[in-house]
Amino acid sequence: MPIFALKMLFGDSARFYGMLLGLAFSTLLISQQAAIFVGLMSRTFGFITDTPQPDLWIIDPSQRFLDDNKPLRSTAVQRVRSIEGIEWAVPLFKGLLVVNLPDGKRQVSQIIGIDDASLIAGPPFMLEGALTDLRKPDAIIVDERASRREFKMNKPPEGGEPRPLRVGDILELNELRAEVVGICKATQTFQSQPVIYTTYSRATQYAPPERRMVTMVLAGLSKGADQAQVIKTIAERTGLSAFTGEQFTEKTYVYWMLETGIPINFGTAIVLGFFVGVAVAGQMFYNFVLDNLKYFGAMKAMGASRKILLGMVFLQASTVAVLGFGLGIAVTSIFGLTVPNEKLAFRMTWQIPLIAAGAVIIICTASAAIGMWRVLRLDPADVFKG
Amino acid sequence: MTPITTPEIAVRASGVEKIYVSGDTNVVALRGADLEVRCGEILMLVGPSGCGKTSFISIIAGLLKRDAGQLEVMGQDPQALSTEARTAWRLRTVGFVFQQFNLIPTLTLAENAAIPLILQGMDRRSACEKAREILNYVGLGGREQSSPVRLSGGQQQRVAIARALVNSPKILVCDEPTSALDGATGLHVMELIAQVGRMPGRAVIVVSHDDRIYHLADRIVRMDDGRVDRIETPAARRNTHV
Ligand SMILES: Nc1ncnc2c1ncn2[C@@H]1O[C@H](COP(=O)(O)OP(=O)(O)OP(=O)(O)O)[C@@H](O)[C@H]1O
Ligand SMILES: [Mg+2]
Repeated sequence: MPIFALKMLFGDSARFYGMLLGLAFSTLLISQQAAIFVGLMSRTFGFITDTPQPDLWIIDPSQRFLDDNKPLRSTAVQRVRSIEGIEWAVPLFKGLLVVNLPDGKRQVSQIIGIDDASLIAGPPFMLEGALTDLRKPDAIIVDERASRREFKMNKPPEGGEPRPLRVGDILELNELRAEVVGICKATQTFQSQPVIYTTYSRATQYAPPERRMVTMVLAGLSKGADQAQVIKTIAERTGLSAFTGEQFTEKTYVYWMLETGIPINFGTAIVLGFFVGVAVAGQMFYNFVLDNLKYFGAMKAMGASRKILLGMVFLQASTVAVLGFGLGIAVTSIFGLTVPNEKLAFRMTWQIPLIAAGAVIIICTASAAIGMWRVLRLDPADVFKG
Repeated sequence: MTPITTPEIAVRASGVEKIYVSGDTNVVALRGADLEVRCGEILMLVGPSGCGKTSFISIIAGLLKRDAGQLEVMGQDPQALSTEARTAWRLRTVGFVFQQFNLIPTLTLAENAAIPLILQGMDRRSACEKAREILNYVGLGGREQSSPVRLSGGQQQRVAIARALVNSPKILVCDEPTSALDGATGLHVMELIAQVGRMPGRAVIVVSHDDRIYHLADRIVRMDDGRVDRIETPAARRNTHV
């Protein structure tokens, strides 16, 4: 009977494609919205994941998330260094500054000033130039995406067609010269500003006087140091909060989750996707079973066991579920692969297909269960009732 | 001297009662119906609407439980079996022809006719092969791969007859098999039932309102108000009416 069950399903082609598209659309809506949500969220802490070197991120206790800059006193680095269990500690400047382009355009950018000596917390990937080039005078490293977009040279100094910013080009920050020595790849920020890396001392020169301060302190633990103890000591001695990268990521993530409307927006879309599935596919499947009830009844009269009949409904439901889900995930993946990452934050983690699959399973199980219940309740004697 | 032939009894029902309870009202559908159906005969069950014909054959076919009385169908009281065992018993023992043919529109004729065999565990290929033979027998040879939706009512009922007979049941139960068909077609379908259904050892019970087919029966059982009123032979019937 399995083949007959499938022929019944595929044979009712209008309804079959309806269910298929309903489930696929549901899957698409759920997984695509979830992937964009995860993508956007991971941009809020992209800098942390881009920067693996520090064991501890030390910030002002009132700072709520990564970009919520609460500058520290300049003595903070020294005080952290003096704590037992700290192997090294370096300052980090991170803030928004205005960059002037040769053609007069002004562009707010995220400036990251990393420790001059160690160059810890540099960009994750260098595409052109080397990190150590930052030691050259006026050196800055610009992220590749910005070099093509915000920093595109519309009137290149050498003349000719507009072209991307490249090594050797000169920008201006706070009326100071900044020479591009490298192009890097960095995770896009939530607000999508260009990212510029430079040294800490140069960054503080670029910044207006009132903002020439340490944004946070990055530190490494000595071998064998008790991380929890060190975090406690930092709090006691400096009044600052220390977090591991993971904890800081989570703190940032939780802030965005709880304090912004973003999760509700995406959550609404995801729930909507679920209900589209229920309304379209679930409903259609139930109608499909209802339409076939007389045949199930006839088969029941002829001597089909409950097991066989329920098996048929189950096979029909699971077939549309698998096909609809597969189609939906395929379309989502194609979408994710074709839309450029810089246009749309899209990040498909392994949990997302599971969530979408869960939704599809719930929709199909529920409608199949109602259908099965109708089949079970069929009175075989009713087949003689025209 | 013993009689040369003692027709075996396929169905023996006595004092069968059926009461439908719906809400506070009880409908007495059968009030002590008695019947014997012999193997090899074609028996027609006739009577006014609501007299309990469908209820009676449903009980005989093991589709419905009776509230009182005795019943033996091919030596078995279907009601004594568990639901599962009764389902399996129906599959082996009873073939059904319904007023609404109940052919699955998305399956081919062969597949529709093969359903009882497949339910019995035969593989699809052999079952469809066997179904083809019987479709040929009911006059639909060469159309095994068509869809039932393209067939006329009479042709659809032929497929249903093929389906009912494909696994050689001992009893064939037909509830108004011709009433969805026009007169001539109905007569042809009934002739087919009489022809292919009649086999030594098989009993055929046909419920019908259609007096143009009565002459095809061996015996006519007239029911009234939940009881068997009279048993006639077509000849006797014709005599009383003409
Ligand atoms: N499921 C049911 N619930 C309640 N009453 C029923 C049910 N089925 C049948 N009846 C009643 O039982 C009586 C006998 O019904 P049945 O269908 O057996 O008659 P019938 O002789 O087959 O009639 P018809 O010629 O119209 O098909 C009728 O009064 C009918 O209304
Ligand atoms: Mg009836």
